[in-house]
Amino acid sequence: MNLFILRLLARRIGLALVSLLAVSAIVFAITAVLPGDAAQEQLGQDATPEALAALRAQMGLDVPAPQRYAHWLGNLVRGDAGESLVTHMPVSETIGSRLPLSLLLAGLTALISVPVALTLGILAAVYRGTWFDRAVSLGSVAVVSIPEFLVATLAVLLFAVQLRWLPALAYIGSDDSWEKVLRSLAMPVLSLCCVIVAQMLRMTRAAVIDQLKAPYVEMVQLKGASATRMVLFHALPNAVGPIANAVALSLSYLLGGVIIVETIFNYPGIAKLMVDSVAQRDMPVVQVCAMIFCAAYLVLVTLADVCGIVANPRLRHR
Amino acid sequence: MSTTSNTHAAVTPPGARRRPGLPALGPAGWIGLLILAAWLIAAIVGPIVIPQDGTPVGEVQIFGRVSAAHWLGTDYLGRDMLARVILGARYTVLVALVSTLFASGIGITLALLASVSGHWVDACLSRGLDTLTAIPSKMFALIMVAAFGSTVWMLAITAAVIYVPGAFRIARSLAVNINAMDYVTVARTRGEGIGYIMRQEILPNIAGPMLADLGLRFVYVVLLLASLSFLGLGIQPPDADWGSLVRENIGALSDGSMAVVAPALAIASLTLAVNLVIDNLPGRSARNGAK
Repeated sequence: MNLFILRLLARRIGLALVSLLAVSAIVFAITAVLPGDAAQEQLGQDATPEALAALRAQMGLDVPAPQRYAHWLGNLVRGDAGESLVTHMPVSETIGSRLPLSLLLAGLTALISVPVALTLGILAAVYRGTWFDRAVSLGSVAVVSIPEFLVATLAVLLFAVQLRWLPALAYIGSDDSWEKVLRSLAMPVLSLCCVIVAQMLRMTRAAVIDQLKAPYVEMVQLKGASATRMVLFHALPNAVGPIANAVALSLSYLLGGVIIVETIFNYPGIAKLMVDSVAQRDMPVVQVCAMIFCAAYLVLVTLADVCGIVANPRLRHR
Repeated sequence: MSTTSNTHAAVTPPGARRRPGLPALGPAGWIGLLILAAWLIAAIVGPIVIPQDGTPVGEVQIFGRVSAAHWLGTDYLGRDMLARVILGARYTVLVALVSTLFASGIGITLALLASVSGHWVDACLSRGLDTLTAIPSKMFALIMVAAFGSTVWMLAITAAVIYVPGAFRIARSLAVNINAMDYVTVARTRGEGIGYIMRQEILPNIAGPMLADLGLRFVYVVLLLASLSFLGLGIQPPDADWGSLVRENIGALSDGSMAVVAPALAIASLTLAVNLVIDNLPGRSARNGAK
């Protein structure tokens, strides 16, 4: 690790923070400024001007938008996310109770999908052109080109309805045993894994094939190293950067997948909360959920870039 | 990831420009094109031929089996599934097509502008649109629906806004290279205006790769809109696109009824058809063949 890399990393992370700030401005603009007067909407067309002015003052709508944005952002940073329009509970409380569930789901999915995808991807790259590679590639293309909700529904059909192995709904009680929690999480995790594995596998395969086509691999073959040695000790160390990049990028697809999967399985996570709030137009909740998702996305994308920078030997030895 | 591969695409030199038409597409490409054409016709002609509500008369059978009267069975209200799927094509295919054309059109226009204009315009456009990509597409769609509701036009605009930055980024990376070519400098020295250089010098040379990108973007839009409808936040009842059809008939999933399988297959056939066409576009198979 040298100064040059550190400077690059600092730059990249700074850029991510600026992006997050810009994202917050966009989210606020779309949800709070562009739709027009929330007070008018709440009171209807024939509200008296006095009532309207009073409600506006109460909702804080009488100050100009940039000021409202600064106020909102300041509160958000301090952890005060306002109050839900529907349940009148503090948003931070609702989120606090649901975020761990979503993190559990995402964490388990990552734990399972990363090893599976890397193994399959590397094997497909090594045996490229064989029936194994064709089957794996075809499968992953098929999964990528149909929507997540179909993958999840098909998984329910197969495992919950036909085989009756797993429950179709993912409800977690507070005093459930670990075994029961894992059983009810199995279906959502499985469906999410399908999508993530397909994405990650394709990228890993491409990254490894890229290395296997390099002249030095031919050299390794000529010197008589076995195929296993060639892949594990020569090609893989060079592919670590692109693979780490692929892993982080694929995990960012989790964010899209989790929205669908939590809805299908009625899983009480934060994505389900977001979808419900969108349907009910519960703006404070929508804003906070959106910010959490965007922040997570930015973290993963930045992580992907950071992996790429750190793993690049040309930058390391400058 | 397949979109990024386009950025490395070699631009066909003007001399080697191939006549678009029969020999260029392989048999698989033609199958894809046929499926696309069939859905497009269904989307346009369907609403004229098929009575709008499709409410069954007489004895109603819910989730009916495939029969001579109902080729794809019936749905959860006993409506003919084939008619529902064909009517749904209008929303899934046409709305997605319109948004894709808007997204790519705006993206390419801005990219051309960025490449021929000075450094400042380029930097502003690039940074601004990059910011939009920092919001995951589904999340962006949800925010837009929360703010503006989900009328058909709103959905089309939302999808277009979401996919402008991607189209811009690819078109720009292609256009910047072309802009550095000698013949563009010649045109500039000749005194041609910005508009001429954008339209006559750069656009024809990035059209090929951008067409492939347009197809991919169409697939993304189809999947996004279907997912939104599946969540109940897209096309609202009584209208239904294929995503809503899966949603409303999901109760028949356990019987493996055609009511839920048919719209699902329709989506898959559409996206696979586009992929088939793209993969068999001239020049593309040669590039990917080595992999």
